[in-house]
Amino acid sequence: MAAFIIKRLLHSVIVMLAVGFVAFLMFNYVGDPINNMVGQETTVVQREQLREQLGLNDPFYLQFLRFAGNAAQGDFGLSYQHRRPVEDIIMERLPATLELSIMSALFALGVGVPMGVYTALNRNSVLSKVFMFVSLVGVSLPTFLIGILLIFLFAVQLQWLPSFGRPGVVDLGWWHTSLLTWDGWKAIIMPAITLGLFQMTLIMRLVRAEMLGVLRTDYIKFARARGLKNRAVHFGHALKNTMVPVITVTGLQLGTIIAFAIITETVFQWPGIGLLFIGAVRDADIPVMSAYLVMIAFFFVVINLIVDLLYFAVDPRLRVERPGASGGH
Amino acid sequence: MTDSPIDRPSAGAFAPRSPLARAGFWMREQWRAAAESDLWYSFRRSPVTIVAALITLIFVLGSIFAPLIAPYNVFDPGANNLMDGLTPPLGDSFSGSSYLMGTDLQGRDILSTIIYGSRISLIVGVCAVIFAAILGVSLGLAAGYLGGWVDSLIMRTADVFLSFPTILIALLVDGVARAVLTGHRAGDLAVYVMIFSIGVSTWVQYARTVRGQTLVEKNKEYVQAARLVGRHPVLIMLRHVLPNVMGPVLVIATLGLALAIITEATLSFLGVGVPPTQPSLGTLIRIGQEELFSGSWWITIFPGIALILLALSVNLLGDWLRDALNPKLR
Repeated sequence: MAAFIIKRLLHSVIVMLAVGFVAFLMFNYVGDPINNMVGQETTVVQREQLREQLGLNDPFYLQFLRFAGNAAQGDFGLSYQHRRPVEDIIMERLPATLELSIMSALFALGVGVPMGVYTALNRNSVLSKVFMFVSLVGVSLPTFLIGILLIFLFAVQLQWLPSFGRPGVVDLGWWHTSLLTWDGWKAIIMPAITLGLFQMTLIMRLVRAEMLGVLRTDYIKFARARGLKNRAVHFGHALKNTMVPVITVTGLQLGTIIAFAIITETVFQWPGIGLLFIGAVRDADIPVMSAYLVMIAFFFVVINLIVDLLYFAVDPRLRVERPGASGGH
Repeated sequence: MTDSPIDRPSAGAFAPRSPLARAGFWMREQWRAAAESDLWYSFRRSPVTIVAALITLIFVLGSIFAPLIAPYNVFDPGANNLMDGLTPPLGDSFSGSSYLMGTDLQGRDILSTIIYGSRISLIVGVCAVIFAAILGVSLGLAAGYLGGWVDSLIMRTADVFLSFPTILIALLVDGVARAVLTGHRAGDLAVYVMIFSIGVSTWVQYARTVRGQTLVEKNKEYVQAARLVGRHPVLIMLRHVLPNVMGPVLVIATLGLALAIITEATLSFLGVGVPPTQPSLGTLIRIGQEELFSGSWWITIFPGIALILLALSVNLLGDWLRDALNPKLR
């Protein structure tokens, strides 16, 4: 187990280094950083001074080390577009994206798991067929189209929900939340569904497949033979054993959700880091792009690591090194 | 009449002499082989696949013959009647022209923009798939055949790519390309930038599959024989190993086409894809979204339906191909 974790940690470090290197290359060599910082009237001498001051004449490895050191402290320089420190802008917008991502993950789990269980237990019912069809649509529709269709239906035609923005934001000092007001809740419903629909169908199909597999195993037959109620068999024994892959997939999908928030945030003009990133891509705002890249990579790596560790916590079979007879079970 | 191989004249005995007749004979033989093959059988047996193939065929033909089919030439500013702007589908227009799917703000016929838009989407998709396949297959072959540090380098790079969603990599490559190309007619190069960024973000699957297959083929006798004869490694890879690993590549490419089309549409929707002067389906949807709130739903919804039909059909074809080429799944 220790060897496995060390290997995973090493892999994470390599991924982070590679991503950091790419971000560094972007930062330093795409366009001239000096040109992006100063105005037309700056003289050649002043430019050269600034270059020296910023250490752009230093050897390559020194520059990379400095970049990595600054990045580790959350310092990514000034945004070309906003003329402010990148980390400030990101911290300002992070709550919006995190709230949206967490809400859509909860939606995906809260709707996907029951739907999966239902379709596994009632394979031939009409409702199951409907659920399976919905999941097929959810998989094949591009995210932005789902968003547009939802806006068309619920904002334009029915006028139930607002079509864009994040109203009702409350400042808690260290966090800006929109989940404390009715307006905020109304505004987050459609973006959260749009963002979570793909994950919902994924989880539903996964739970269904796992449940069908587990229901055929011997210990379920034995549980039935013991005369346990259907309810206890289904939820106490079967569902519990489908949870390992569900945890893994949900965890891994959390990173994907944060990345796909770019699209959802564009559709709904949700003021998160995704919208910031798209603006940066459009305007070639390299510092914002490289900061976003490093941050997302960090999220992915940490989530992957946590999922791997959760594996050991949830599934005792993986802890094979432990001597056979353990007291607890 | 018995059916023993002795009574039955072999194909060789009947093969005609003249080149033209021989070509015709060859084609008939090919046709017969195709008609009797498992692939054709499984195709005929699946109505969903037939419908998907038909829809894909309609899109492909529509794209090739777009200038002949489209009712209006939407790229000629003189041909658009501004007064006809925002005509609903089959509604009365100012000039009396009829528009099956209505018009947009500039009076462009939606059906025609969809036909031309699908053309751009398909071109970008197909080129991106070809680019990704060439990149992925060559890297996969090199990794599998050469092994050692080449293998480690390529596969570790693949791991890093695999850690991120396709769309994110495509966006990053696109963004960097834009930053590099600022001022260099970035609009004209947009299509190439798209092909490059989608290709770069999807090569990993080809590389991993081909590497795995190559590792298996590498140790078979025919490859070892070729090596003993002293053929150049590059030739062995291309002439001996490559043909034997192409099956899975075909499946990945078909499924990859659907992914590429959706990725292109997404990038164009986000406003970092092809410019409005050469609208793809994604660009059309983005332009139309602004009109959605004023009730002009047809500008967005029709291109949206076209995109869904195209992507879903290609996806279904890919699914069928995967199942048909892999008997283990049946």
